[in-house]
Amino acid sequence: MLQRLFTNQLALGGAQAAAVTLLVLVVMLLARKREIHLERETIVALSRGIVQIIAVGSIFIFLLRGPAWTGMLLLAPMIVAAAAISAHRAKGIPGTFRVSLCAIATGSGTVIALMTLAGVLDTTITSLVPLGSMLIYNAMNANSLTLNRFRSEVESHFGLIETALALGAASKQAVAPYVQVSFRTSLIPAVDSLKSLGIVWIPGLMAGMLLAGSDPVYAAIYQFVTISMILSASGLTVLISTLLIRNHAFSHAEQLTLRPQAIPSQGKTS
Amino acid sequence: MELSMALEQSHITQPKFVLETEHLSRVISDRRLVDDITIGIQKGEVLAVVGPSGSGKSSFLRLLNRLDEPTMGTVYLEGTDYLQIPPQELRRRVGMVTQTAYLFPGTIADNLRFGPQQQGKDLPDDTTTLLLHQVGLADRANSDIVNLSGGEAQRVSLARAIANSPAILLMDEPTSALDEEAKEEVEALILKVVRQNALTCVIVSHDPAQAARIASRVMVVKAGRLEKIEPVTEVIHVAETLH
Repeated sequence: MLQRLFTNQLALGGAQAAAVTLLVLVVMLLARKREIHLERETIVALSRGIVQIIAVGSIFIFLLRGPAWTGMLLLAPMIVAAAAISAHRAKGIPGTFRVSLCAIATGSGTVIALMTLAGVLDTTITSLVPLGSMLIYNAMNANSLTLNRFRSEVESHFGLIETALALGAASKQAVAPYVQVSFRTSLIPAVDSLKSLGIVWIPGLMAGMLLAGSDPVYAAIYQFVTISMILSASGLTVLISTLLIRNHAFSHAEQLTLRPQAIPSQGKTS
Repeated sequence: MELSMALEQSHITQPKFVLETEHLSRVISDRRLVDDITIGIQKGEVLAVVGPSGSGKSSFLRLLNRLDEPTMGTVYLEGTDYLQIPPQELRRRVGMVTQTAYLFPGTIADNLRFGPQQQGKDLPDDTTTLLLHQVGLADRANSDIVNLSGGEAQRVSLARAIANSPAILLMDEPTSALDEEAKEEVEALILKVVRQNALTCVIVSHDPAQAARIASRVMVVKAGRLEKIEPVTEVIHVAETLH
């Protein structure tokens, strides 16, 4: 219907964005009726999303004319932004920005570098930046889930963790079961993406490749390659963030410093 | 500086107490949880810590095995400043039983093996049997912890702490989360186990009568400060007036 109303592509894009925004707001209103208040966060996310993607699209116009290395200029701030967003999900744990930056940069950066060297990722900006950003984005999500889950696991099992410490366990041993749970949980989306590929969902990238005239079988295989890269980048990110974050939950004297908010850091006072 | 070195030297050469606190304090956000407590505990002694709710009893106990960090002062364990002892080694030597028995998933035997495993040791089966016999849970080594009552869980917690062969055992209101019947059973068990193993013990209790039954000395804590420390008979009425 919109395609018949708008012949200009920019006007059509604006109308499509308005339609989908309306749909999101309706969903939020339905949630509000059930006392789930996500309106503010959703409106901020919608506003940021549209502004950011238009800004990136505009930058692309200039970058397309530049040398290949300029793609890295775009990916580097993406990693920093991803770390800042991810760190926000684990308030209360000190040093989360540093941990997130290190984990996302290493996780996604390693996969991008290796796959570029292996010739899996094209070095042209139009290929490297969108695929690189997909890896960074998914690494960010996995990292956010890890930090969030780690915090809630530690807070809800602080008694068992302190008991382990009191029995002479090292902090990394005391917290190991909760690190493992955080790791497994945060990789569920990436693993499920791979499991459901082609059955439940067909990534947009495949449609783009088909439109660009690629062989359909090659386009299909490349989706598998992309999702597998996402799993690798997410896995590596989570491995690093769980390794680093556990040190931030304990003091140098192996004392648990991350506790439920109801229980002050000094412990009970009875 | 020289005085403190001499003091430390005296601790090394002649440890009079198995555990000694020196101006032990913990202040968080201007709140004095533990305020300048200096005491000594002799080998084989059972010291009860009593005081009103929020007086800093548990905070004091948590400083003794360094689960929390003192903001001032220190603790000497068998003459050595505990800040010089690796925390893992310190906590093996100063065991702890908490108010709630936090048991690890698995069997009773798995729980008993946990402490020795941290030092790379295996707890022999006959030691497990002996410990469980001591706490009245003979033949229950392979029972899953999900099937235990509150009193049984606390017995396992006690046996688990002793499995580490600690020099000192700290107990933080070990019976307060139990019903009356289980409370009496566990209290009797604590008395038996402490005597059988000749343990040096610091027990926090909100109940002065219980403190009198278990301990040889009682220290009264109020607002984080040491109010009094005396043999049971002399001090218990002071504790009662604080409640």
